[in-house]
Amino acid sequence: MAKVKKSPWLLHYDGSSCNGCDIETLACLTPVYDAERFGVVNTGDPLQADIFLITGGINTQNKSVVEQLYQQMPWPKVVVAVGTCACTGGIFKDCYNILGGADQVIPVDIYVPGCAARPQAIIDGIIQAVELFQRRSDEHEEKKKGAAHGHHH
Amino acid sequence: MIEKIIGVAAYILLAQLVGGLLDGLDRKISARMQGRVGPPLLQPFYDVRKLFAKQIVGVINSSQAAMLYSYLLLMVFSGCIFFAGNDILMSVFVLSTASLFLYFTAVITGSPYNSIAASRELIQIMTYEPAVILACVGFYMASGTFNVSGIIHSDMVMITRLPGFFIAFVFILTIKMRKSPFDVSTSHHAHQELVKGVTTEMGARNLAIYTVAEWYEVVYLLGFVALFVINQQWWSFVLAVVVILAVYFLEILIDNSSARVKYGAMLKWTWAMTLLAAGVNLLILMLIR
Amino acid sequence: MGVAIFLVCFPLLVAPVMYLIPNDKVRGRVTYACGALIAAAALCLTACWAAGGMQVIEAYDPAAWVDHLILAGEIVLAVIVTILCFKYHRGVISLLAIVPTAMIAFLELRGPKLAEVNAIYVDHLSILMCLIIGIIGVLIVVYAVGYMEGYHEHHTGFVNRKNYFFMVLFLFLGAMFGFVLSLSLLWIDLFWEITSVCSFLLIGYTKTDEAIANAFRALWMNLLGGTALAVGIVYLGYRTGNVALQSLISLGVAGRVIAVIPIALIAFAALTKAAQLPFSTWLMGAMVAPTPSSALLHSATMVKAGIYMLFRLAPAMPGTTTGMMVSLVGGFTFFMASIMAISQRDAKKVLALSTISNLGLMVACAGVGRPETIWAGIFLMLFHAVSKSLLFQDVGATENATGSRNIEDMHGLMYRLPRLAIFMFVGIAGMYLAPFGMLISKWSALKAAVDNNNIILVLFIAFGSATTGFYWTKWMGKLIAFSHRSGQKESDHMFPEEVLSLTVHAVLMIALCVLLPLISKAYVDPLLVEMFGTYTDVLSTSILIMLVVTICFVFAIPMLSMVYTRNLKMNMKLSYMSGINAGNNKRFIDAMGDKKKIWLVNYYFEDFIQADRMMRYSQIFAAAVLIIMICVVIGGVL
Repeated sequence: MAKVKKSPWLLHYDGSSCNGCDIETLACLTPVYDAERFGVVNTGDPLQADIFLITGGINTQNKSVVEQLYQQMPWPKVVVAVGTCACTGGIFKDCYNILGGADQVIPVDIYVPGCAARPQAIIDGIIQAVELFQRRSDEHEEKKKGAAHGHHH
Repeated sequence: MIEKIIGVAAYILLAQLVGGLLDGLDRKISARMQGRVGPPLLQPFYDVRKLFAKQIVGVINSSQAAMLYSYLLLMVFSGCIFFAGNDILMSVFVLSTASLFLYFTAVITGSPYNSIAASRELIQIMTYEPAVILACVGFYMASGTFNVSGIIHSDMVMITRLPGFFIAFVFILTIKMRKSPFDVSTSHHAHQELVKGVTTEMGARNLAIYTVAEWYEVVYLLGFVALFVINQQWWSFVLAVVVILAVYFLEILIDNSSARVKYGAMLKWTWAMTLLAAGVNLLILMLIR
Repeated sequence: MGVAIFLVCFPLLVAPVMYLIPNDKVRGRVTYACGALIAAAALCLTACWAAGGMQVIEAYDPAAWVDHLILAGEIVLAVIVTILCFKYHRGVISLLAIVPTAMIAFLELRGPKLAEVNAIYVDHLSILMCLIIGIIGVLIVVYAVGYMEGYHEHHTGFVNRKNYFFMVLFLFLGAMFGFVLSLSLLWIDLFWEITSVCSFLLIGYTKTDEAIANAFRALWMNLLGGTALAVGIVYLGYRTGNVALQSLISLGVAGRVIAVIPIALIAFAALTKAAQLPFSTWLMGAMVAPTPSSALLHSATMVKAGIYMLFRLAPAMPGTTTGMMVSLVGGFTFFMASIMAISQRDAKKVLALSTISNLGLMVACAGVGRPETIWAGIFLMLFHAVSKSLLFQDVGATENATGSRNIEDMHGLMYRLPRLAIFMFVGIAGMYLAPFGMLISKWSALKAAVDNNNIILVLFIAFGSATTGFYWTKWMGKLIAFSHRSGQKESDHMFPEEVLSLTVHAVLMIALCVLLPLISKAYVDPLLVEMFGTYTDVLSTSILIMLVVTICFVFAIPMLSMVYTRNLKMNMKLSYMSGINAGNNKRFIDAMGDKKKIWLVNYYFEDFIQADRMMRYSQIFAAAVLIIMICVVIGGVL
């Protein structure tokens, strides 16, 4: 099994939020926290990403964008919702245009609460996402092998 | 003949290793320059391994991948010509053909970011090509042959005769290695204006292929740098390694301390530099010959 | 050597017949038959010459009346030009026809007794030219049959003068054969003038104001060259009493002062014909003519007459001021025209500028005048003739199919008109890509320029090949880019004649590429021996092997990649547009929530380059160089 967990690449998308979590996420890459120690790369391209890190809630306008970005990411992939807004819609939840958290449109795997979420919590969330990413990758590989040998799982 | 085979085999087998290690070193040193710990030295290999493990994706149709594979194979082929000790000018021509296939890879998708990046890639090719061709001419004038094996068999250190060509070549190396300030088509940095430039529409395996091709290219280019130093003396090989590492470090330093320029500035500066450094050197060589 | 005479006379005789046939169908049939005959005769000439051991053949001592006929032709031509000049109120230009004709007539009738000269001269170089004219030229004429049909369907505003068009085409073919097969400069001068006038007539075919203006520009520039040629001939005739081209060349090779001025003047004439700066504008203007004439006269053959002349003179070039002038002008033209081509959207303008540019490289090769550069020049000429002719015809057919020859409108042509796009791709690849012959020629030219310490030429080639690559590649990119248009297959409305001609060209292109080493050994090396008297191994064995390997790889790699990836199971994703694709890759959702089409355009640097201004400045510079150099040459002799 390939050790994919050493190379988690993020796609960071900021939905309806106050930008607090957005900034905290970027803070993870600064010298103080240095998420690149774990091989994290903040890529801007869904085709190259493994972990979809979403901050802020879903509104009527970004719904289709989030859906499409998720679809463009190649399998295996993991979704991390960072901050209260991404988890539930947060303080904006009752606004006329807000649909709720990220799980309203795509399957969310890891929830990182906080308003704003702290970098330590975000990194912790990423580490958990990485484990899941590894598991999914292993399954994916097995399935590929199975298909090659004619088995069906 | 045996030398040629060894050269080719070594390039095909080792270039990925060396290229990947240098890439890791680059990321480590860059991180240190920015006051970070940085990823492990082997991170680039982890990345490529992961990319191969993922689902194979593409956009439009299979011709994108076909162009990309052609890029990789032509890249390796041009390196093989070089490391087999054959004609350097021919090798450079094949190299530019390989670069064109990278352009095709990007432009064929018809996606906006990728198309702009492709056009810029083409501008980059136009920008650096004169310096590369002139470097070959310089080697020919100093050693009397275009053959790489002939050049390293001459008894002088080329750089003493070709300092201008060397400066011009190192200058364009910044473009070739996609370093700031000349990374106008694709950058290794996380955030840039064109998303991921020419690699925007490459995911998973395609990106892995691209990365490996880039490693081959870097090793080839550094081999070119070494050619300025190597002759038959043992110390010249040591010196070559030192020069390569120094040049590589210089590129990292420039990358981390400069902002991206516009393509116009890139073109003007590079051509001016090529004309000044390589042109004047060429003139002097012709006069003293 | 009856075949050679047939090659010259037959097209000239067919020409009036063409004019007299009113029916399109019949004329088409006759054109095919005559074209086939001409091509067969060219091949037959080659075969006869090869059977004779590929020796130089000088034959046919003409009777006095034939010489008089030539003179009469010259006078008739001058009269026609004069009448046309006055008809269109450009009387001054007629001086350029009357004065040289008068001079030539005076030389022949009142001048010193000229040595007897054989009429026909056949060697490697003229055979090569005959093959280019006989095969490429005839193919273009065949293509023209179908093309002109479509042309008049689309351009109903122009008077249909197809019979006239074909008459001039055949006239031109005959004149070209005459030009490359003649030994006497007096004959060469006549055929030279005929090609100039044919070009003039074809450019003015549509009789629009623009066409007429451009036609006269082409006329005066070419006649200026013709005048220089005539002055050179008269000077030569008076000083030596021998107007054979070969004797002039041997005088030049021997370094005799007497040859300096004629060679400089003839080289000057060749520069005008080859549309070098400052005379490039006539070729640009010539693009208003229907495509077959652009392909035939202004790319594949007529402009090559200038190159042919320079190649002939090449052995006398090295180390002379004339050689310096020619290589400087050629190199400068190569570089400047390639920069100007970057800023053009009109496909035919790009082709015109790239023709000028490539001719510049050949001219520069001739100016250096070493065996290696002539070797390179010959291959440049060969590849250029085939791929340019292919490209011109293809662009013409594309214009007939889509109504536009703007390169931007060719976006995604590979998906809409695949047949035309593939031919275009092959043609463009042949112009500059490895492993096609252009590359190895450039290699050789660069090496020779370095060997001859020609630093300016080295710089021109290094920078010029970069700019050349740029404008070709971005065009190729347009063809294969995923279409923001319909992407539906369309009909290309091609007539069978056009398909035939395009296919033969493409096959020829690839065959030339594969057979390059063979052609070099079997043909071009003997040509150089004939020309320079020494044998130089331009392609060493190691380079040869390298070349063959490269050719195989560069062909095989994309093919294999194509096959391999086609079978790869791939998950297709939408392309990246910040997540706002409107369901596919052709539209996105804009800030107002509306669907908007994406539209992709290439870089043209129009602000930066400003082709018109650049052309003017380049012309001034090149004219200054020419005038100064010619003054130096003449001053050096006097």
